[in-house]
Amino acid sequence: MQIFRNTSYNFTRWRWQAAALSLVILVAGISVIVSRGGLPVGIDFSGGTIVVVKFDQDVTEEQVREAVAPIPGEEVVQQYGDTQDREWLIRLALTDAAEAGASLEEGSEQILEALQGEGLPTFELLSREIVGPVIGADLQRRGIYATLASLLAIAVYIAFRFRVSFALGAVAAVLHDIVVTVAFLVFFGFDLSLNIVAALLTITGYSVNDTIVIFDRVRENMRAMRRDSLDQVVNVSVNQTLARTVITSGTTFVSVLALYLFGGEVLRGFAFTMLVGVISGTYSTVFIASSIAIALGQRKQASAASPAAAARQEAKARPKRKASGARAS
Amino acid sequence: MNKNLRWKVVLILSVIALSVWAFYPPGQKVNLGLDLRGGVHMIMRVQTDDALRIETDTTAERLREALSVAAVQYTNLEVTGPIEFVAEGIQDDDAFRQVAVEVDTVFSRSPGVGSYTYTMRPNIANQLREEAVTQAQQTIERRVNELGVAEPIVARQGADDQILVQLPGVTDVDRAKEIIGRTALLELKLVEQGPFLTQEAALQAVNNVVPPDMELVSGAEDVAATGGGTPSTVYYIVRRVAPVTGRDLRTSRPTLDENNLPAVSFTFNQDGAQRFGQFTEQNIGRGLAVILDNRVFTAPTIQSRIADEGRITGSFTQQEAQDLSLVLRTGALPAPMDILEERTVGPTLGRESIEAGVTASLGGLTLVVIFILLYYKVTGLNAVVSIAVNLSILLGMMAYLGATLTLPGIAGFILTIGIGVDSNVLIFERIKEELATAKGVRAAVHAGFDRVWWTIVDTHVASLVSAMFLFQFGTGPIRGFATTLAIGLLANIFTAVFVSRTMFELVLSRRQQQQVQVLSI
Repeated sequence: MQIFRNTSYNFTRWRWQAAALSLVILVAGISVIVSRGGLPVGIDFSGGTIVVVKFDQDVTEEQVREAVAPIPGEEVVQQYGDTQDREWLIRLALTDAAEAGASLEEGSEQILEALQGEGLPTFELLSREIVGPVIGADLQRRGIYATLASLLAIAVYIAFRFRVSFALGAVAAVLHDIVVTVAFLVFFGFDLSLNIVAALLTITGYSVNDTIVIFDRVRENMRAMRRDSLDQVVNVSVNQTLARTVITSGTTFVSVLALYLFGGEVLRGFAFTMLVGVISGTYSTVFIASSIAIALGQRKQASAASPAAAARQEAKARPKRKASGARAS
Repeated sequence: MNKNLRWKVVLILSVIALSVWAFYPPGQKVNLGLDLRGGVHMIMRVQTDDALRIETDTTAERLREALSVAAVQYTNLEVTGPIEFVAEGIQDDDAFRQVAVEVDTVFSRSPGVGSYTYTMRPNIANQLREEAVTQAQQTIERRVNELGVAEPIVARQGADDQILVQLPGVTDVDRAKEIIGRTALLELKLVEQGPFLTQEAALQAVNNVVPPDMELVSGAEDVAATGGGTPSTVYYIVRRVAPVTGRDLRTSRPTLDENNLPAVSFTFNQDGAQRFGQFTEQNIGRGLAVILDNRVFTAPTIQSRIADEGRITGSFTQQEAQDLSLVLRTGALPAPMDILEERTVGPTLGRESIEAGVTASLGGLTLVVIFILLYYKVTGLNAVVSIAVNLSILLGMMAYLGATLTLPGIAGFILTIGIGVDSNVLIFERIKEELATAKGVRAAVHAGFDRVWWTIVDTHVASLVSAMFLFQFGTGPIRGFATTLAIGLLANIFTAVFVSRTMFELVLSRRQQQQVQVLSI
């Protein structure tokens, strides 16, 4: 069986349309974020309390909501998992009192007390998360730092192994994926949590992974196709790796889909982020990363370096190729 | 089979055998994270300011005594902050400085008009903070050990004053928190006046000004006095300085008082016993307040010289008496603690997460295997085997390194399957391309692997870089994910390249005739 046998789609010609599509998603995402007053961060970053309980008899959302209503501050009540699980999540934002240094545990105690009130069946505490303002701010800082540092390190590696223009293309593609994924998270009402940021960082790796495969082919083809424009080289390379790109994305998508469907409530946000990220990562590799590499590469070619000089650089960049450890026998 | 190939097969089989040996049976050998087995994760902060305040208080107190002994006149000596106190209205500057010379080693002095402001020297303050956190960590470790939690973690973390506490498998989180977070500062102080039924009455007894060497503390009424009723709150005026504290204890255990109610008894170490004996001998007939965390538990009258043993009575349940003797035995915390973060996972959720994770992994694996076998037919087996080897190395390494498997870590397993498929697809597609140029099967396989090698290195390095930062960023569960991902990536370089290639070579060496059919990619 073979899909995409000797394809020759002209991907680079569609790059403006692709850019327009990305732009639409980005603008829509950013405007939704702005209209809701900033990124919807969960308690991991903003501080607050989450209590998840499992009732031993059916309750309605109204009942739970009414029970916790008297607690000061804004409560969020959500069904957790399937209806027949009778699991409920109650979230409490960080109160001013807690911010001022009062006991952080008070919120969760109030929730549990309220649920023990009359009219509700008995319950079991499934999980409880209490995050104070100090830790929230710390995690926020570390999340931003980790994302930026990981992008920078990957960019340096690609610049070292390939070209600076490729590194910029890859980073642009990754940034694109992060923003698009966050936009989708906002559309579907997910709050940024530790797990979701972890998934975003994983997407970073995945998207770059995809990009490198194509860049590697571009580099190889540049030697064989010296007379062709970078535009054509990229196009041929994307087509040559198309089967691999689609199969890999497909299988990763399928396994993450299994995670989304069967992985349980705790990993729902993580799996959703990965699902969007895998699609966006594949798309951005084909359209965004290569377009930017072409745009930057052409300017460079036009300004000074001859193709031959570029090829020499390539040869210098990977001297060990012939002596590679993979050659066994 | 040539000799070279045979060695490769032996190597691969031994790696598999070692891995399986390392992780089998997985139920015992693989470390489960808190999110899977239930338990509590806490980040606590040592309120080091309080530790400094104690030092400042003590210094001011000592200075006050020295000044009164030397009869140096001043109007006011007051602690104004955790690391600061002032002395005002000093008449004879030379005499004051002579008495206060010892203070200068710990505090720096800045003069005002007839006054001095003492501020703790920064290096001393830092040292005291450091000591307080270290001591708190050690105390928590002892308490956790006495609690009998298996594989706990107590470690310094993040900012200087934070301590991470992880207690896997603990179900009664509130009790654990109560025990760990309790300061448990035991002080035995002489009662000057009291008990009074109201705070006002106590203050009236000292003309509304508590003398500087005394303090007002509240506590429960003596159980004996209530005659079985609920004890009400009473107030005492006690001496500020405690002749003996919890630090002088040798041990402590739960016991019963004369009414057969749970109580806690304690014995002093040699030094403490000597001081306590002397103190009680001098104060026969007066009240002795047993103060725990600034609350009077009992205040009996000293009947005779007591050398080495004491008892705390109060309305304890058996459990409370047991917990109290535990915290006394393990020593007081140098300062109160507060909780910055707490994540508790109940055993039910942990079990559900494991089930969901296993279902998702097997589901994902099944779908991927079906797809690969449909698409690549027999050659697909090659990929399936290399992914299976990858997963067993991953499990084996995790068990061997004692790494923790968390719920996001299970997601890491699923992603490892994805990465494994990716590398195999990359190689197969490349071989397919090489076959199209009609070099012959053997040459195509060699060329395919060689060409793809650097691509695989580059992609894996990029993913390892993001896994590394993920590890840096995350707390427990996410670190588990990063660890799983990183090991999976490293194992994949071995399986996708070495194992897969060896299998190709095996096929090529054995079935010279049918090799074209076998390589149905």
